[in-house]
Amino acid sequence: MRAYLPAYEMETPRDLEAALGRMASEPGVWRPFAGGTDLMVLLEAGKLPHQKFLNIWNLAELRGMEVSSEHVTLGALTTYTEVQRNKTLLREFPLLCRAAAETGSVATQNRGTLGGNIANASPAADSPPALIVYDAEIEIVSAGGSRWVHYASFHTEYKKMNLHAGELIRRIRLLRTHAQWKQYFRKVGTRRAQAISKICFAGAARVEAGRIADVRIALGSVAPTVLHAVRVEELLRGQRPGSAVLQAAQDALNAEIAPIDDMRSTAPYRRNVARNLLAEFLEVLAG
Amino acid sequence: MPERARKIRVSCVVNGGAASFEAYPMARLLDVLREELKLTGTKEGCGEGECGACSIEMDGALVNSCLVPALQAQGTKIRTIEGLAIGGSLHAVQQAFLTHGGAQCGICTPGMILAAANLLARYPQPDDAQIREGLSGNLCRCTGYMKIFESVVAAVRRAETRA
Repeated sequence: MRAYLPAYEMETPRDLEAALGRMASEPGVWRPFAGGTDLMVLLEAGKLPHQKFLNIWNLAELRGMEVSSEHVTLGALTTYTEVQRNKTLLREFPLLCRAAAETGSVATQNRGTLGGNIANASPAADSPPALIVYDAEIEIVSAGGSRWVHYASFHTEYKKMNLHAGELIRRIRLLRTHAQWKQYFRKVGTRRAQAISKICFAGAARVEAGRIADVRIALGSVAPTVLHAVRVEELLRGQRPGSAVLQAAQDALNAEIAPIDDMRSTAPYRRNVARNLLAEFLEVLAG
Repeated sequence: MPERARKIRVSCVVNGGAASFEAYPMARLLDVLREELKLTGTKEGCGEGECGACSIEMDGALVNSCLVPALQAQGTKIRTIEGLAIGGSLHAVQQAFLTHGGAQCGICTPGMILAAANLLARYPQPDDAQIREGLSGNLCRCTGYMKIFESVVAAVRRAETRA
C-alpha cells in the first residue's frame, strides 16, 4: 500500500549545525534524508518507518573532497557519479570507483551517496567492501561533538550499526597506502547493470618477492553485515598466492561467511561463487 | 493516521520557465510533474527506481523523478521530455527515434530519450559501450533494445555530420 503523504514531514535545515540541533531536540525522531534512492522506494511501498526527515542534500559541510599526504577524505554526500569522475580516486582507489560504477544506473549514481549507502546498512551494498579494503574511517557528528570510527567495525549485526540517535555520518576517510597494491573487485548479479548483488568481492594485497606481505578482503551479500574476511587474511599473509594455499584459504572463507537463501540467490550458490572469486583474486595476485 | 505535514510551496525552473506548485514535502516529483504541472510526458513504470520511465534532468543530472521528494525540487532547474525540442525543432535523439523506429508502445520512450540526450550532453561522441551504459537504467519491454540503440547511434552520426 502506498504511503499516506500527510504523515511525512520534511524540513531543509540551513546548515549542519541546524540539522544536528534539530536531531538533538527530539532524539531518534528526525532522520537525515540525502539522495532518496533507498528511502523513496520504501515510502512508495508504504514501508518507511520514520516520519520526520531532514533534507541534508544541500548541506555544503557534507560535500567535497580533501586530499592530504596520508588520507583522502570524502564528504558523506559524495555521489557515485562524483566517485567515478575523481582522478585521485580512479588512480589510487579503483575498487571504490568500480563499486560506484556498478551500483544502480546513471540516475541512481547521480543521487546515491556514500554516506547513504553506509547508513542504509544493507549487507548487499557494493561500496562497503571497497571501504573496508581501504581501511576507511568515518566521522560521526552530533550536536555534542565528533568521533571517528573504523568502518570495518561500524556494522554490528543485520541493519544495526554504531550510530546513535542524533548522530550523522559526516565524512569518510581513506588511507592512501594501497595505491601500489594489486587490487581486485567483482560483483556478481543477475544483470550487468542495475542488479543488486548476489555476491560482491573486493580485495587488495601487497605482494613482495612473490609473497603476500599484506592483504585485505571484504565481501557483500554473504553475511548479516558486509564481511571483513579477517581469518582468510591471516591465513594468506606470508604465503605465495598459488594452488598450495588456495584450498586452505577457500575453506577458511567458507567457514567465515554465512550466506542465506533469498530472492536474489541461494546460500550454496553464494558459497560456490565466494570460493571462485577468492581463487580469481589469488590468480590476480600471482599474475 | 495522524495528519502532520502541511503542503509546501516549491519554486523551481521547469523547461526554461518559472514554475511553482504546492505539494506535500515527500510527494514524488513524478506525481507533481504529471498532476500539478500537467506534464504527462514523464511516465511511471516501476515506481522504485529500476526502470527509468520517469527519468528527468535536475540541474543537468539524469534522475528518476519517482525517487525525488517534491521538497528537493526547490530552487532546481528541471527538464522533462516536453522541454527537449526547441521551438518546432526536435532534438536529434527525438528525430532519430522517429526515423529508426526507436519507439513502440511509448511508455519507456520519454525516459529513454532523456537518458540518451543526457548521455550526448556528457559525451558528444560516445562509443558503443558508453551508449549501452547510458541506456542501461531504462527498461523497454517492446523493442528488444536494438532499434533504440541504433537510434542513438544515428543521432550521434547526425551530430557528427553537422559538426
